[in-house]
Amino acid sequence: MTEVLVGTRKGLFVLRGEPGGELEIAVRRFAGEPVEFATRDPRTGRYLAAVTSAFYGPKLFVAEDPGGEWEQAQGLELPEESDTALTRLWTVVPGEEERLLYAGGDPAVLFESRDGGLTWRLNRGFWEQPGRDRWQPGGGGLCLHSIATWPGDPARLALGTSAVGVWLTEDGGETWRHGNAGLVARYLPEESREGTLDLCVHNLRRAPRRPERLFMQFHGGVYRSDDAGESWTPIGDGLPSDFGFPLAIDPDDPESAYVIPLTADTDRVAPEGRVRVYETRDAGATWAERSEGLPQEDAYLTVLRQAFAGRGSGPGMELYFGATSGEVFGSADAGRTWFRARTHLPPVHSVHVAA
Amino acid sequence: MAVLRLRAPLSELAGGRELRLPGETVVEVLGALERERPALRGWILDERGRIREHINVFVNREHGREETAVGDGDLVHVLPSISGG
Repeated sequence: MTEVLVGTRKGLFVLRGEPGGELEIAVRRFAGEPVEFATRDPRTGRYLAAVTSAFYGPKLFVAEDPGGEWEQAQGLELPEESDTALTRLWTVVPGEEERLLYAGGDPAVLFESRDGGLTWRLNRGFWEQPGRDRWQPGGGGLCLHSIATWPGDPARLALGTSAVGVWLTEDGGETWRHGNAGLVARYLPEESREGTLDLCVHNLRRAPRRPERLFMQFHGGVYRSDDAGESWTPIGDGLPSDFGFPLAIDPDDPESAYVIPLTADTDRVAPEGRVRVYETRDAGATWAERSEGLPQEDAYLTVLRQAFAGRGSGPGMELYFGATSGEVFGSADAGRTWFRARTHLPPVHSVHVAA
Repeated sequence: MAVLRLRAPLSELAGGRELRLPGETVVEVLGALERERPALRGWILDERGRIREHINVFVNREHGREETAVGDGDLVHVLPSISGG
């Protein structure tokens, strides 16, 4: 049985069932509240949900059973003396040490937990970056949305932010530096692009089997890095649009990436009303359209950055993505064919395949 | 002591809809609430000690802010603003 966690504008939906047909709503929690992201730590089985109440601020909740009691995590806050408050939590990612987790949020902040997610502390090295007061938000805020760990090495991380580019550490987060060479901010005047930090990363994923390789969906551009994020090469040729938000990979194939193109720049819906996933198995040299079973007429869907996820690897890898139209689509054959996993949900913010 | 009134979900976290709390300003009353009911920390006041943007506080029917004075027996009502979608 597959379990998919769907964070929506109106709560968390836990979908369960056999891939290939509609999944049932097994649990709904946080009714009425925006759930920006939900995940399950595969090491502990623990569920974590980032809830951003319009009234009561961002909170992270933790549960052993999504249908049972959820406990509020502690410590996800900025220093009292800061001139802003934590606005939103965008992601939670298991780290490379037992019970280590990372969380990213707005305004471009990184938190760490050493107890599996119950208590957190701010990463001071990133918080105290010189020049932070000049960092500019993207349309979704000043968000730290992607945290790419390095398998087996807790000292190395890559962060994707909007809109302050890629950040790298090799000392467990004590010190940070940019990893932006090769990124082109086409949304800026040509004369302003050189050396800018206004770099709107939409998604960043590392290939676990070849960790020096990363893939990125940028705000106009799909990129690959083969040097652990130091420099980036555009690989968007062959896509109907190189704009989009989410990105998925086959974790066992470092040549693989999946993107869901959207019409640039302000429209941000499926190009020509056709919902298409594109897959590469040669690290971006070529892309293959994967649309069998997806709406191909008058379907102006938007898929947000955290709303595309997979489980497993190889030809039987499962993939799921959700749209702001409230539909969730799934594939049980690595994207070759798709089915409707659920319809009529609230606008989907995030998708995670928990089991 | 002020009389603080809460609605769900705050009342559920506080364990009741009405509490008597010390404080001479709204923010002092809300600070006392957080000390007495730690589960509410961060829900009404953010980490800077400011009332969250979409929370309304009324003191004896008048809209209040952090420094609004609160006297003995005054009614402090906390509720979400009419916003969202």
